[in-house]
Amino acid sequence: MRVRIRGCRGSIASPGPDTVRYGGNTSCVEVRLADGEVVVLDAGTGLRQLGAELVEEGAARINVLLTHLHVDHIEGLGMFAPIYRPDTEIHIWGPSSPLASLAERIATYFSPPLFPVHLAEAPARIEFHDASENEWSLGEATVVSHAIIHPGPTVGYRIEEGGRTLTYLTDHEPALGTSLEDEAPEWISGFALAHRADVLIHDCQYTPEEYEHRIGFGHSSTEHVAIMAERTEARSLVLFHHDPMHSDAQLDAMRADVLQRMDVDEERCTLAAEGMTFEV
Amino acid sequence: MSDRPTQRNLVLILARNFAAQLATSVFLVDDEGTVIYYNEAAGRALGRRFIEGHGMPASEWSTVFAPRDADGEPMPLEQIPLGAAITRRQPAHGVVQIRSAEGEDRRIEVAAFPLFAHSDDFVGAIAIFWELGEEG
Repeated sequence: MRVRIRGCRGSIASPGPDTVRYGGNTSCVEVRLADGEVVVLDAGTGLRQLGAELVEEGAARINVLLTHLHVDHIEGLGMFAPIYRPDTEIHIWGPSSPLASLAERIATYFSPPLFPVHLAEAPARIEFHDASENEWSLGEATVVSHAIIHPGPTVGYRIEEGGRTLTYLTDHEPALGTSLEDEAPEWISGFALAHRADVLIHDCQYTPEEYEHRIGFGHSSTEHVAIMAERTEARSLVLFHHDPMHSDAQLDAMRADVLQRMDVDEERCTLAAEGMTFEV
Repeated sequence: MSDRPTQRNLVLILARNFAAQLATSVFLVDDEGTVIYYNEAAGRALGRRFIEGHGMPASEWSTVFAPRDADGEPMPLEQIPLGAAITRRQPAHGVVQIRSAEGEDRRIEVAAFPLFAHSDDFVGAIAIFWELGEEG
């Protein structure tokens, strides 16, 4: 499968001279499966440009896999061009809540006064699927979702195709209330999803010092992500969900910190950057 | 599928993390009633550390501590609050007399409730209990 980062900034879009190298668009990752099936991980502001390109190429079926419904992960939906085309079939996967369906939850954002158009008025054929704890097929690929630690219903995804695995664990705080170094794997949030992944895209929002003041916010520090990658034996790690207050230079320093903690070759740990493309 | 390891449901992970931080006794079982965790306070009350009690099926923990009602009569699983939470999948509360692994008789008050990840997804049950004094 081929992967392209469309947005990797956390919390809020952060354009500007300090973020130009890694980008300011919020979470959105484009995945093309071997048969050409389009999979989009999260619908942050990075979705806008992808949508324009998908219309250009005439994509008739698009799968959008949402990890959760915080605004930075869904705000691109309103400006996603395929959603305004009746000839497009869009399958949206994501977590329901104990009280509301996925469609109802998305409609809360996709309606006035937060957005001028009602979700029900979107011309595309949209189908919603609950991905709370699930496993399903997309073409030749298998997709697995598990609930993971983050405030509110949130899932991570594992996509397996042709013996290769991509895991997406953005907005994840596996260290909340436990010791990642000592805990048994079955008790670590996201462990099974990340286990021996060829590429693990993981939340890395904070330095350890910042994390001390943000416990429970739902994100990971450089220390946590290094331990997760090592314990799950992920073959390569992509640091994701960059803090909006972090400059490119600060992100470089955070990667250096992760590398020092993991003691692995540099190419096994990269910072997600808008436009970055790689094969899994 | 791949060689993905077993993963506990997130509700159980969070319940266990919560229990591990509490000074109050907490007992956690999976959807079959098997013990998957109890905290240090519970270990003291039961006279058995978690490392010794891990994996106990409901048939064992519901008898090994000799649960009895106020009249001293043995209580079947369904009458013990945690047993009720598993078998009826409803919250339950009550006072139970137990005998710890060290042979000490204790009167405990138990509040138990089932854990549903979603309305139709029963993943286990949790009991919080505390020892009652002579007057309690």
